Amino acid sequence: MSNQAPSAARGPSADNATFEPRIVAFVCNWCTYTGADLAGTSRIQMASNVRILRLPCTGRIDPLFVMKAFERGADGIIVSGCHPGDCHYIVGNFHARRRFRVFRELLDFLGVDPERITFSWVSASEGGKWAQVVNDTTRRIREMGPMESWPRASTALDDDLHG
Amino acid sequence: MKELQDLARRLLLEGRVDIVIGYQQGPRGVRPSFVTRPEQADALIFDERCVHNLVTYLSPRRAHLAAWPRRAVVVKGCDTRAVAVLLRESHIDREDIVLIGLRCGGVHRSAEASGPLTAESVAFRCADCSIREPELVDHLLGDPRPAPPGNSRLAERIGQLESMSHEQRREFWNNEFSRCIRCHACRQVCPMCYCERCIADKTRPRWIESSAHLRGNTAWNMIRAMHLAGRCVGCGECGRACPVGIPLGLLNRKLAMVVDEHFDYRATDDPEVPGPLGSFRSDDAEEFIV
Repeated sequence: MSNQAPSAARGPSADNATFEPRIVAFVCNWCTYTGADLAGTSRIQMASNVRILRLPCTGRIDPLFVMKAFERGADGIIVSGCHPGDCHYIVGNFHARRRFRVFRELLDFLGVDPERITFSWVSASEGGKWAQVVNDTTRRIREMGPMESWPRASTALDDDLHG
Repeated sequence: MKELQDLARRLLLEGRVDIVIGYQQGPRGVRPSFVTRPEQADALIFDERCVHNLVTYLSPRRAHLAAWPRRAVVVKGCDTRAVAVLLRESHIDREDIVLIGLRCGGVHRSAEASGPLTAESVAFRCADCSIREPELVDHLLGDPRPAPPGNSRLAERIGQLESMSHEQRREFWNNEFSRCIRCHACRQVCPMCYCERCIADKTRPRWIESSAHLRGNTAWNMIRAMHLAGRCVGCGECGRACPVGIPLGLLNRKLAMVVDEHFDYRATDDPEVPGPLGSFRSDDAEEFIV
């Protein structure tokens, strides 16, 4: 994955042609992170819009993380971990599955299109699937346009005050 | 009334409890009462103005009540479901508490109300309530009561919101949340909000901005609803405590409908039923996951 930030114009003025979505991926250490690594070492081409944050398990992914990402300017989110039954901690992803079902409905009810978030199971051997998740999500968020409905942390001063 | 006062007096005299938490007449309507001496028991009352969910005073977070560890509390049928959650989550010991259940036919929206219960004055939670006699209690007092009048229309309002576009819903909630002054009364009054240190008060890192700004307000109200998902008993105290009238009950009810639909869970007075987000089924539906 490239660490280079997409440099194109952002914000309400950005039309879909120049809009580069900022996507944050919260992934589990054992499956999806390794799967993403495999995608990289396999030289699979994919969109460079996704920043990966590695966590021990999908069970560790607090809805707060997603909220904070939206606050700080994410246009889309990916949450990904081991397939059910393959969790390194046996049941972490089962709990996460229920939690994210509820969180997704809550976002929807609060007026955030749940299509902004991709949930996926990507195993350590599924480098190809990871690339597809990244590309599909990037394409979808690009079509949806910038996330404008979330109150953003907009200035450096804000970051200093509240960071 | 007399049987309630007699029971409270006896519990204190016999040393069964250190404090009886009930209701008494205050300067403006009914207010919670903290009876620690037998002679104070005559102040206790129970009527349609007893809206408060006193189970919040069983929460271990109530440090100012630490001197009275064995507590008796007056509960209505709906309140016992909050006790069940505290028991389920191992935050109280059943042996430490005495539950004085009162038969209830609904309460007003306001503790300052007067006159008989009407469809207009009845609390939202009561209009949908079918519990006339509290379960789980040690003592059951009061005369049998009729079912409360009215309909909460909460489900109807949720349906209206759901028929809107995402943008319209966002605008609706922005409008509500922008009024939030972050007094955290919704948290303070909630029997289920018992964390010793709330995420909203943590500063390293500061997850939720503390100033009354739409950004932090959104984060706070969202995470409050999330933390209560599958735990909220729908007592509506958060909405009643809110000084700016944010319809917090809508959020809680919506998530109650979600856990009912997907995890077949409804608030219960059985402490043995596991919480929907503290348990799982290996075959939970996952059509939203690729």
